Parts: sequence; C-alpha cells; structure tokens
Amino acid sequence: MYSRTYKSLVSAPPLLWVALFLLLPYALMFAHSLWQVQDGALVHHWNLDNYKKLVTNPVYLEVLFRTVRIAASVMFCSLLLGYPLAYYLSFHSHARKELLYQLVIVPLWVSYLVRGYAWKTILGSDGVLNGLLQYLHITHEPVSFLLYSPFAVVLTLTHIYTPFVFLAIYASLEHIPRPLVEASHDLGAGPLSTFFRVILPLSMPGLVAGATFAFVLSLGDFLAPLLVGGSSSTMIANIVQSLFGAAYDWPLGSAISVCILVLIIGLLFLTERLEKRWSFK
Amino acid sequence: MSSATTIPDVSAAAEALLEIRTVAKRFGSHDVLKSISLNIAAGEFLTLLGESGSGKTTLLRLIAGFEEPTAGEIWMSGERLDPLPPYRRRVNTVFQNYALFPHLNVRENVAYGLKVRGTASAEVVERVGQALSMVKMDEFAAARPSRLSGGQQQRVALARALVNRPQLLLLDEPLSALDANLRKQMQSELKALQRQLGITFLFVTHDQEEAMALSDRIALLRDGALEQVASPREIYAHPATAYTAQFIGQTNLLRGEIRRGIATCGPLRWPLEEPDGPALFSLRPECIRLSREGARRNSEVKFRAGIRQQLYAGASELLEVDCGAGQILRVRVPACGSLTGEHDFIFTITDAIRVHG
Amino acid sequence: MSRHSPARRSPLLAIYAVLVFAFIYLPIVALIVYSFNRDGVGGFPPRDFTLDWYRQLFADGPIWDSVLNSLLVAAGAVALSLALGLLAALALDRANFPGKGLFRRVVLLPLILPGIITGLSLLMFASMAKLPLNLWTVFLGHGTALISVATTELFAGLQKMDRAQEEASLDLGATPWQTFWRITLPNLKLSLIAAGLLIFTLSMDEIAVTFFLIGRDNTLPLEIWGRLRRGITPEINAISTLIFVVSVALIIVWYRIRTRTIGAEAQQLLERP
Repeated sequence: MYSRTYKSLVSAPPLLWVALFLLLPYALMFAHSLWQVQDGALVHHWNLDNYKKLVTNPVYLEVLFRTVRIAASVMFCSLLLGYPLAYYLSFHSHARKELLYQLVIVPLWVSYLVRGYAWKTILGSDGVLNGLLQYLHITHEPVSFLLYSPFAVVLTLTHIYTPFVFLAIYASLEHIPRPLVEASHDLGAGPLSTFFRVILPLSMPGLVAGATFAFVLSLGDFLAPLLVGGSSSTMIANIVQSLFGAAYDWPLGSAISVCILVLIIGLLFLTERLEKRWSFK
Repeated sequence: MSSATTIPDVSAAAEALLEIRTVAKRFGSHDVLKSISLNIAAGEFLTLLGESGSGKTTLLRLIAGFEEPTAGEIWMSGERLDPLPPYRRRVNTVFQNYALFPHLNVRENVAYGLKVRGTASAEVVERVGQALSMVKMDEFAAARPSRLSGGQQQRVALARALVNRPQLLLLDEPLSALDANLRKQMQSELKALQRQLGITFLFVTHDQEEAMALSDRIALLRDGALEQVASPREIYAHPATAYTAQFIGQTNLLRGEIRRGIATCGPLRWPLEEPDGPALFSLRPECIRLSREGARRNSEVKFRAGIRQQLYAGASELLEVDCGAGQILRVRVPACGSLTGEHDFIFTITDAIRVHG
Repeated sequence: MSRHSPARRSPLLAIYAVLVFAFIYLPIVALIVYSFNRDGVGGFPPRDFTLDWYRQLFADGPIWDSVLNSLLVAAGAVALSLALGLLAALALDRANFPGKGLFRRVVLLPLILPGIITGLSLLMFASMAKLPLNLWTVFLGHGTALISVATTELFAGLQKMDRAQEEASLDLGATPWQTFWRITLPNLKLSLIAAGLLIFTLSMDEIAVTFFLIGRDNTLPLEIWGRLRRGITPEINAISTLIFVVSVALIIVWYRIRTRTIGAEAQQLLERP
C-alpha cells in the first residue's frame, strides 16, 4: 500500500539523525575509551590501559559494588511499594479508580530535582523530620544518618522510581481479562491462590519492565548522591562525572561509561528475552 | 432414545437440584431481575432464553456466585447457595469467551480446578486425560490456548469445567463466537455429552433455534421476568403469550374478537366456545396449507388469498398472502414452484392458539 | 463490578495503599508548606506564614532568565522530537528495511539509558565537531534523547488506527500526501498531544543530559542546581511549588483533552446485558 518513495522518505530522516547523533556519539565514546590523556591533553594513542585500570583498582570495584547494591535496593523497594498499589488500584478500587490513578501520576511530572531537594530538606539535621522528632520528644538531638548516606540515596531514588514501577505493573494488571479471575474462582481457587496462580504470572511483563527501569536508571544516577548522598555514597556515575569535570580524564571516564553501557545493554537483552517468554497473548 | 421419555419431572420439588426462590437483582436503579422462581431438576438440560437485556446472563452469574441477589435465595441440594463465594460452590462455568489461562497449556488449564483443591497427582493425570478424551482434545494437551481455534478452545473450556464433576454446569452463550457450521456440530456434541454424563446443564442463549434443539426445558426470560417455562415442543405448540409465540419460531398474530361462539379476525371466522370479548391468536405459518379441491371439514377454516410475495427456501416456500380487509398472513408450504394470483388456503381451528399480551 | 461478602474486601491492602500514597506525597506537601514558612526550611512545626519567599522569587532575574531558556529549549525539543518521532513511527509501522530491528532498539535506547551516558556521548560529539556549548547543544541533546518518547507514543497511536480509513481515502482519489494530512494526522491528534506534553515536561525537567551540554546560559533545573550547591533557601521551595502547580495544571489540561476525545471509545466498553 505504501510506495517505495513514501517508505524511503519516511525512513531516511530519522535514520540519518539517529545514526549521526546517537550511533556516532556512542562510537566516539567507545573510541575515547581506547585513547589516553598525556600531560593534560587528549592523545589518540590506542591502548587498553583504561580498562586495565578499572579492573585492577579496588576503589573503582568498591564503588561499582556499592552502586549495584543501591540500584538493587531501589528496585526492590519500588516493587514493594509499587506492586501492591497497582494491584489495589486495578482490582479493588472501583468508583475512584481513574482519580486515584491520576493522583499517582502527578508526582511523576514533578521535577526530579525538586523531589530530591524536598528529601534533602526533610532529612537534614535541621530538616523537617528531625524537627518533628524533637518536637515529639522522640529524640533530643538531630539524627545524622538520615542525610548524606546511602540510605538517603536509596530513599530518594525509590521515591522517584516507584511511580514508574507502578505505571508498568498497573498497565500489565489492567490487561488481565477479568473473566480469568472469575474463572479461577469458579474452579475453586480463593483470592490468594488466584493471585499467585493467575494474576502474578500474567503481570510479569510489567513487573520485569518496571524493575529493569528502576534498576538501570538508579545504576547510572549521579544526581541523588550529590544531593543527598554525601561522600559515603559515591556511585559509579559520580566518578565518571568528575572524570569529565575536574579530574579531566575523558578516556578513563569513557571506559567506565562503556562498561556501564555494556552492562545495561546486556541486562536489557536478558529482560527482553524474559519478557518474551512470560508474555502470553 | 427419545427425549420425550427422559424429561425429568420437576413438579416434585424434592427432586429439584437447584431452587431459585423469588430472586431479584437490581443494579443502581435498574431492576435486571424481578422476582424469579424456578426449579431445575437433576440431570436436565435447561436453557435460559432471552434477548440481550432480559437478565439471563445476570441470573447465570448469580448462580455461579459472581453477583449477590438483591432479594430471594438460591438453594442447591437442600442447602443455601447464595451466601457462598464462587470457589466454594459445586458449580462450574463455561465462559462466553472461554477465559482460558494463556500462561498455562491445555493440560494445565484443565487440571487447574483439581490442583487448586490439592487432588493427588495420579488422580489429576487420570481425570484430566479422561476429560480431554471426552472432548477429543487429547493430542493438544501440551498446546497453548493461543494456538487453538475457537472451537478447540471451547472444548478445552468445557473439559476444564467438567473435570471437576460439578453438580451443575453453567454455559454462558458458549457457541456464540463460532461460525454457523461449527455451531451446529458443537450443539450436537454438547447434547450428546450431557446425555452421556447426566450432569445438569444450565445453558444461556439468545438463539431460539439453539434452545429448541438442545433443551429438555426452556425458560424464556423477558425484561427480567419469566415469560414461560416448558419443554420445547410444549412452548412451540402452546405459547402462553404473543411475545413467546413471536420469539420462538415464526407466527401470525391474529387480532379479533369472539362474539356468541364465533371468533372473527378480519375476513377469517371460525366457531369457538369461549366467552365474548377481544382475542389474540397465534397461528404458525406451517399450519396453513394450500387447499386441494374438496370441501373443508368442520374442524378447518378455508379462505382465499392473493399471493403478495414468495421467498424460496430450498425445501419450502414462505408466502406472504393477502386475505382481504387488511389481513396479511405468512404461510409456509413445501416447495411448489412459482405461485401467482389467488389461491385457497386452509388451516385447522385448533392450530389457532389463544395467547395473551 | 461484582460485590462480594465483606471478607473479600482487603482492608490491609487499602491501608498499605494509603501509606504508599502518603510516602509519595509527603515531600511535596512539605515542600509547599515550607515555601510559606518565615523561618525557612527545616525545623518543626512551621510557623509564621509569609509570602516573602515568593516575592523574592519574582524579583530574582536570573531564575526567570533560566525559565525562558528552558521554555525555548523545550519548545524546540517538542518540535524536533515530534517531527522525527512521527517519521520514525511511520517507518517502523510501514516500512521494512535492513537494520530495522537495530534502528528500533537504538531509537529507544535514550529512554532507558541513564542520562549521563547520552549526555557524555553527545559532549564528545560536540567536542570533536568543535561545537561551542550553549543552548543549541542543549536543544540538540533534548531533541535527540526525547525522539524515543515521541516514537513510542506515535507508534502506539498508529497501531490503533483503522487501516481501512487510509485505504478508503486512496480509493476515493486522494494522493498519499493528501491522505497523510487529511486522515493519518488527524487520527494521531491524541497521540501527538500526549507526546508533546510529555516531551515538554521531560525537557523542562531534564538535568542529566543538560549537565554536560550546558554553556553559559542556564536552564531552570541547572540554575536551581547551582543555587543548591551554595546552600538551601526557601526561595527554591517557592519555585518548586510553582513548578508543581504548573505540572498539575498541565495534567488537568491533558486529562480534559483526553476524556473529551475518548468519549466515544468509552461507550463501547460498557457492554453488559
């Protein structure tokens, strides 16, 4: 139905743009990772030193593990918060479903920065939470571990990504035809049994998508540590950021970025396979 | 095996498997069901027949347990059914769009009800095998529902329900999604299955032909109330109301009056021993015949009419005839070639059934 | 919906849902409340209602400059992303070409990749191409990163569209070009608006990619970021509250548009006899 001219006209611009501004830059990043900095200047000397540095330097490895731990924590917490909420909205709220859905979406539209800043004001030594605790005489001194700790980073990122996880799971749950739930009851399975045998398996695509999103984006986050994490929560992206900033070592920074990129693409590949296996039409 | 000899007798309430006692259902301000009372006998094939909006599906869902009655009670085998949730009723449903679990294969779908109740593996395997054989789906045991055709899915849905040996099987328009030929075939298989198993079937449909072909009894629902409950032959031959007469099969509705023992409907008149007053009669098209030469008997009515339209239907013709005085009748006769002009027609007086409404 | 005996209602689940809601809204509520607090951010409870911080905000020149910059970039990003995203969606929906699978994945990458990676790779591109860092590079970054949003939304819209409409148009004598403008585009109206609003919001809020592509002129998020490094002031609460209010207003607008156009579709979903 569509002529060759139509198809070429339509495909060419985006293809060119994507090639020029997405593929090429990624390729450049990869190239940079194989170069070096000598005497404060970038030198196109091909080598694998950067990668060697990464694998042998214990600091980098420690930061990487911490980053993975934080990302995993964020993923689990968002799931724990997001799934029950999505389930409640999908199956138990009837009259107010649309309204409640909008209420969950609203915070998504509020700036990341704003939300991170909000937690900063709440968790600080002079912050709202400490003020509240002292007002209620639960504590007499500011609790200091709340802010500038991995805890604060996980908390902030969970707050940011729970609505995303909710969205993915909610979409999946809404797709489950209600007659399936009735059929399960009809055949003798109670609500709990029905959840584990029918609803949970059928919601897996959404669950996997949401969890992946939360994990991957937390993995590469550098803002939350800067806002609320303090020096004890440096994540891998912070190292990259400083290498492109004050510590001026683009090749090394690129090498780390390439590693992150490869890790994420590998993960996405894996989850895509999983989603295919678990999505039933 | 003639169906006439095996229609269960439901006059004896003690034998009723399911008793629906003055059940009513209201959604918001709308009375979907208005005080229904009906007994269903063990082993019978009863059809809830009606148009969309008649309440038939709602009644089915009340029995399955997906809704609660606004008033009235439902009893099964001498115990109250309506307070129980669906997973505690000995009732299983074949859903309209089958509702097969897409993430389980055929065997797992059929085994679901057994697994959920913790039935022993060996027994599960055996019963599932039997159920699949019964619906002739053995070779598809490992397939996913998405790979099956509509008819195949329908069989699996049936097996999944029957494997649990319910006391009552509910079927919610299970054949409506199938094409005409497959539908006829499945009707015949369903009927045979029910006979073989002896399980009580409660079947919902809007298709009156289907209802007549399959049922031991038909319960005709109209606007949330039972219009008539009787066997197919009874309901066809003796419709109680004009609605029934028109809904089931085709009919001619003759409006007229009875005066001094004579019923008059337009140009047609015949003797009828009934009190004076207005009257409505149902006369089936196939009861009217082309008259051969010869006098009519006393039990017959003869009239002359002009052919207005003739629709050929293979084995029969459907004629639209004008009897004069504005009385138009439809007549079904065996195929006889093209007819024109005026002809004599004849029908037996007792075929004009007095109806209400 | 069916109603069952009360035992089936899950009060525990409802309570949990309320708690999650509270968690999501707590910081926002605190933010708004403290933007009116004379003593600034922190401490409890807030006293002394004041609008001073808002007055200070409105007199703050650099902030509003950055707002203007953000609006310009966002407008540009919307235009660029929608245009390219529409073409990409059409290509994915209708054309087959070698590398289509790769193209689809690469287009969607910026959606799931952390912004730092997209930002840095574009930085290196700009550096090699000797481009100065300014709002144009930011615009480039946003536009490129957000094509994926437009593509996803518009592709979904295309899939839902009734193909027969385009066929009918061609059958009646319209050229493909005419069909595109008269039939295809109007059908995508809802998707275009949805994508546009989303891209606009994401662009206004974008930090990670912008961080590496910014020059001397700041966008709003980066202006706020800069202030934050210097210390917390309730003026930031004030601007954050304003951002929140505008976001909610946008959602309401979006909601109104959506419900008005989906009215007919919704009717079909109410089928029960």
